[in-house]
Parts: sequence; structure tokens; C-alpha cells
Amino acid sequence: MPQSFTRHSEFWAGFKDTFPLVVGGIPFGIIFGALAVTSGLSEGGAAAMSAFVFAGSAQFIAAGLVASGVSVGFIVLTTFVVNLRHLLYSATLAPHMTHLPQRWLAPLAFWLTDESFVVVVSRYAKNDDSPFKHWYFLGSAIFMYVNWQLCTYIGIWTGRSIPNPANWGLDFAMIVTFIGMLVPFVRKKPALVAALAAGSVAIGLNFLPNKLGLMAAALAGIGAGMITETILERTAQQGNQPSTVVDSAQATQPRSTVPAKESEA
Amino acid sequence: MNEFLLIAGMALVTFAIRYPVLAFVGRVPMPKSVLRSLGYVPPAVLAAIIAPAVLMPDGEHLAVGFFNPYLMAGLFSTTVAWRSRNLLLTIVAGMGFFWLWRWLPTLILASNLM
Repeated sequence: MPQSFTRHSEFWAGFKDTFPLVVGGIPFGIIFGALAVTSGLSEGGAAAMSAFVFAGSAQFIAAGLVASGVSVGFIVLTTFVVNLRHLLYSATLAPHMTHLPQRWLAPLAFWLTDESFVVVVSRYAKNDDSPFKHWYFLGSAIFMYVNWQLCTYIGIWTGRSIPNPANWGLDFAMIVTFIGMLVPFVRKKPALVAALAAGSVAIGLNFLPNKLGLMAAALAGIGAGMITETILERTAQQGNQPSTVVDSAQATQPRSTVPAKESEA
Repeated sequence: MNEFLLIAGMALVTFAIRYPVLAFVGRVPMPKSVLRSLGYVPPAVLAAIIAPAVLMPDGEHLAVGFFNPYLMAGLFSTTVAWRSRNLLLTIVAGMGFFWLWRWLPTLILASNLM
């Protein structure tokens, strides 16, 4: 059945598919707001950081560093290292977005997050010829952004009255959200190996400062995935069993990030 | 601490990471192997964030055992995600399990004292 895509339908699909991630992000935003004001940022500063930086984990770490009294330069450098993974996200999305003008690319780049990246990369991986996939990105990004601002305000407001927000156990919300995003990918063998390798290296290099280990782990995972893909292809060719050939274009796609998407009209 | 400088600096470096590659690299044709490798970015980065978070909750020491609620809830969430294929259910059930596991010893202790 041919599907007709419109700007509207893509925007709302992006919005809808991001909903679970927004739910997972709510506690995280609230703790950030509360932590920021208890660690010495002004209320305006905490809100401005969410509005202009818009990078959850970096903001979180920055708030902690403000409390420990290190220099501005050091916090900015830490932010740079912690956000380096976005370089990989941009590089992954870039080939799909070559037709877009800068007035689209600049805001979408500003709104790039772990969550929107994972949702949007699955949308681009689908084999339909919708010309409006960037509207899907926009829907996802705006939902994430507005939610982050609101949760920051709620956190600032709670931070005034409730001490020790980090001890509520809300920090697991981000972890479980990321687990939910990861699982659909690892149903494919090379991606599973990539994840296992990256996880192991991240543990091994956890002692490195400023989450530098994270970048090294990500690169190790990518390498491990590539190697596994090549080995599986060779074994499949040697065994002459076309049914087990790993289709390179399909090898890394999540099978269903968001269930029941395909059945929609 | 100059807050304006801090936020301006953080905003600048973050945008400087997110934007240029998206804006310019896409216009240069990339070799097929690079494009293939980029498909592994999501599972690799996500796993690199998750693994230390659940296995080293204090940020320094490996904690493999029943009394690490991050690990137990992480395993539970993985199972829910694998079987249900439902992201929202995974998040809600995972959080519920985490709180339960975390406060269970306290609850048992409290009920014994009563």
C-alpha cells in the first residue's frame, strides 16, 4: 500500500515516537534543575544553560563541577569532551541531509540529542521515499527541547525546597531510557558485538578523566561491529548459504525501535 | 565564577561539535566503508554509556551482585525491552523495579522491626 507523507504527518510521527524518551528524560531534567541551583548556579543561569547549551549529561557534569569550584575554562573543556560523541551522530546523519539548506541544518544540529538521534536515525533507515524526514527530526527535537526546559524549571523550583535531589534514585531513568534505545539494535549480531565491545572498553577505560574512555569505547565498538560483519559475510559466502548473508544496509538497523509504526497508514 | 562566560562557552563548544559535520561533511561523498561503520554508532555509544553506569554506580569500582540495584534493574529492563519491544513499558517497568530493588532491604528491615 503506497503511503503518503506530509510535513504534518512526519512532524507528528517524530513527536509521537519521541514520547517514551521524553518520559524517561523528565526525571533527568528535574534533577538537573535542582542540582544546578543547589550547586551554586543562579536560577537564571540554570535555566539559560538548558535553553542555550541543551546537552543533558554535559549540563549535569557542569553543575557538579561548578559546585567543586573549578575554572570556567576547565568546565568548557569538559563539556567539549563529554559532547564529542555528537560528532559521530552528525556524521551518521549528514549523508541523509545533504539536500537541506543551512536554515534547517543549523537548528536541527543545535537540537541534536542522544534521544532524537536514535529515533531519527531509525526513521532515515526506513526504505520509503518520504521527502519530509527532516520534519520528523523537527518534531522529535522540539518535543525534547520543550520538555527539557519545563523539567529544568520544575527542578529549579523543587531545588529551593528539597535537599539532595541526586539521592532520589531518579538517575536510573536515563540509564533505563538508554537501555530501551539500545536493545532494538542488538537483535543483529554485528551490532551486538559492537555493543559488547564498547561496553567492555568503557568499563576498562573508566578511570580516564572527562569521559574520554567513552569515545575510545565507541570507536572500539564500531571497529568490532565492522569486523564481525565482514567475518559473517565471508563465512556465509564460503558456506554458500545465501540465507545467512548479512545485508550490509540492514545489518545495523534496529528491527523495531517503535513498535507498530509500519502498520500505520 | 562568571556565569555568562560559562554558559556562552558551553553553548559554543557544543554547537561547534554538532553543526559543522552535519553542514559540510554530508556534501562530500564518503567512502562506503565509512558509511557502513557509522551504522554502528548508536549501539556502540549507547553501550559505552550504559555499561559503566550499571556496573560501576559509584563511578570507580565494579559492583557485580544482587545488591547493586543499577545492575539488577538494568538486567530486568533489558529483558522487558527484548520481550515487549515497547520502549515506554521498558522505561516505566525499569524505574519501578529499580525503586523496589533499592528500597527492598529497607522495607524488609522495617517490617522485621515492627
